[in-house]
Amino acid sequence: MTDSILSIDKLCVRIGRRAIIDQITLTLKPGEIVTLIGPNGAGKTTLVRAILGLIKPSSGKIKKRSGLRIGYMPQRLHLEKTIPLTIERFLKMTKGVSTSDIDDVLQKVGALHTLGRPMQSISGGELQRILLARSLLRKPHLLVLDEPAQGVDISGQAELYRLISNLRDELGCAVLMVSHDLHLVMSSTDHVICMNHHICCSGHPEHVSNDPAYQELFGLEASEELALYAHHHDHDHDPEGNVIHNHDHNHEGCNHG
Amino acid sequence: MADFLWRALFAGLGVALVAGPLGSFVVWRRMSYFGDTLAHSALLGIALGIALDANLNIAVIVSCVLVASLLVTLQQRKIISTDTLLGILAHSSLSLGLIAISLLEVRVDLLGYLFGDLLTVTGQELLWIYIGVAAILSLLLVFWRPLLAITIDEDLAQAEGYSVLWIRLLLMLLIAIVIAVAMKIVGVLLITALMVIPAATARRLTNSPESMAAISSLLGCLAVIMGLFGSLQWDTPTGPSIVVGATSLFLLIYALPLPERKDIK
Repeated sequence: MTDSILSIDKLCVRIGRRAIIDQITLTLKPGEIVTLIGPNGAGKTTLVRAILGLIKPSSGKIKKRSGLRIGYMPQRLHLEKTIPLTIERFLKMTKGVSTSDIDDVLQKVGALHTLGRPMQSISGGELQRILLARSLLRKPHLLVLDEPAQGVDISGQAELYRLISNLRDELGCAVLMVSHDLHLVMSSTDHVICMNHHICCSGHPEHVSNDPAYQELFGLEASEELALYAHHHDHDHDPEGNVIHNHDHNHEGCNHG
Repeated sequence: MADFLWRALFAGLGVALVAGPLGSFVVWRRMSYFGDTLAHSALLGIALGIALDANLNIAVIVSCVLVASLLVTLQQRKIISTDTLLGILAHSSLSLGLIAISLLEVRVDLLGYLFGDLLTVTGQELLWIYIGVAAILSLLLVFWRPLLAITIDEDLAQAEGYSVLWIRLLLMLLIAIVIAVAMKIVGVLLITALMVIPAATARRLTNSPESMAAISSLLGCLAVIMGLFGSLQWDTPTGPSIVVGATSLFLLIYALPLPERKDIK
C-alpha cells in the first residue's frame, strides 16, 4: 500500500534457534489504531522493539515513511529513588521542548497537577499518563505504546484507552499498541492483530474475537467474557483515576448472541 | 601555609570537583561496586606502567578501560550474575596487581597507592590531575544530556536517537579517568567512597539532577578540606581522613531534621 506510514514484510527475530517473531507482515495507515494482542511471551514487545530499532531483525524488512516521527511509551519505567527528577524535568529530557509544550501535553493527558512533583512520588496510573505525555512531545506521526495500561486498575484502564483514542482523533497520529486484554481495547481500536510468534488472525476487533484462532489462543472462556463486557462505559474518572459516578454493572446492552 | 599543603589542597579540590557529578551517575546507575572493581584493577595498571616505564596515569586509564570491556563482554554471555562477576573481577585484579607489584625490581610505595598519599603531590602530578579534571568536566558538559537520558531509561533514550552503547562507554571512560587522577588523593581502595558518599549526601538536599551533581562537588570539596586539616591536626593518614570527613557530612545531613519530602521514604 502506497499511503502506509509503516510496512513490515516477513519480519523474523530469532534468539538462537528459537523464532521469537516469525514472518510478521503488517501495514499501518495514517490515523489508524492497531492493537497487538497475544499471550505473555508471544513476541509482542519484541516486535515493537524491532520497529523502534532497539533490536535488529534476523530477516525481513521494516519500511518507514521518510521523516516519520515515532513517539514511544515503554512498558515500564524503572527509576532509581536516588535520582532527583520532577515530572517537568523528566519531560524536558526530550530535545527542543518548551515549558508551554510540556503544559500542553500534560493538559492533554490530564496530569497537569503533577508538574512539579518528583517522579517517584506519583501513582502507577499517573506514571503511565506521564509516559504517554512524553511520547506526545515529539509531535509524532506514530505512537507506539507498549502495554499502556500496565499497573493501572481496571477502571483506570478503560479511561486510559479512551484517552488514547481521543488523542488519535485530536492529533491525527497512527497508534500501534500492545495489549493482552482485547475486551478493554475493543472500542478504541480499528484493527486487531492477534499474535503468538506468528500472526494467528487479524482484522476488526469483533471479527477477531469470533475467530477460532483467537478462541483457541485465549480459551473460549476469555472470548465469552469479552462478549459480556461489550456494554457501554457508564461512569467517568477524574485525573487521579477515581470514579466520579458509578453504578453496578448490570450488563445492559450486552450483545452476545 | 607550606607549598606541599597548597598542592595537596588544590589536588584534592580538583578531584572532588569531578567526583561529584560522576559519583551522582554512579549512585543513579547503581554502579558503586562497578567503580570499586575498576579502581582495584588500577593497581594492575600501575604495576604494568612501572614495568613498561610508561606514564602511570595513562597506564591506569588503559587498564581500567580493559577491565571494563572485559566486564561488559562477560556480562553479555550471562554465565553468572553481574554481582558475582564484579566480585570475581574486583578481587582477582587487586590480587594480580599486588603480585605484579611485588615482582617489580623497583621498590613501590604500595600503601600510597592503596590509601592515597595526598601530602606528597608534586607539581607535575598536580598538572596531570588538572588535565584529567579539565577533560572530565568538558566531556560532562558536552554529553550531559545524553548521559542523563541513558541513566533515566536506556530504551527511551535509544528510541529518541541516542547511541546508548557509546554513551555507556563514555561513562566508563570518565570513571576510568577519575580513578587515574584520584588515586593519588585517596588511593585505589577508597576512590569509590569519594564519588559515592558526597553524591548520596547531596541527594537529601536537592530536587534536580544538576543540583545534586553540583552540591556533591561542593560536599566533596568540603570533605577534602576537613580531611586534609584533620590529618594535619591529629597526624592521621590523609586519604582515610577525607573519607571519614565525607562520611561525617553524610551523617550530619541525614540526621538534620529537614522539611518532610515525599520522594524520600
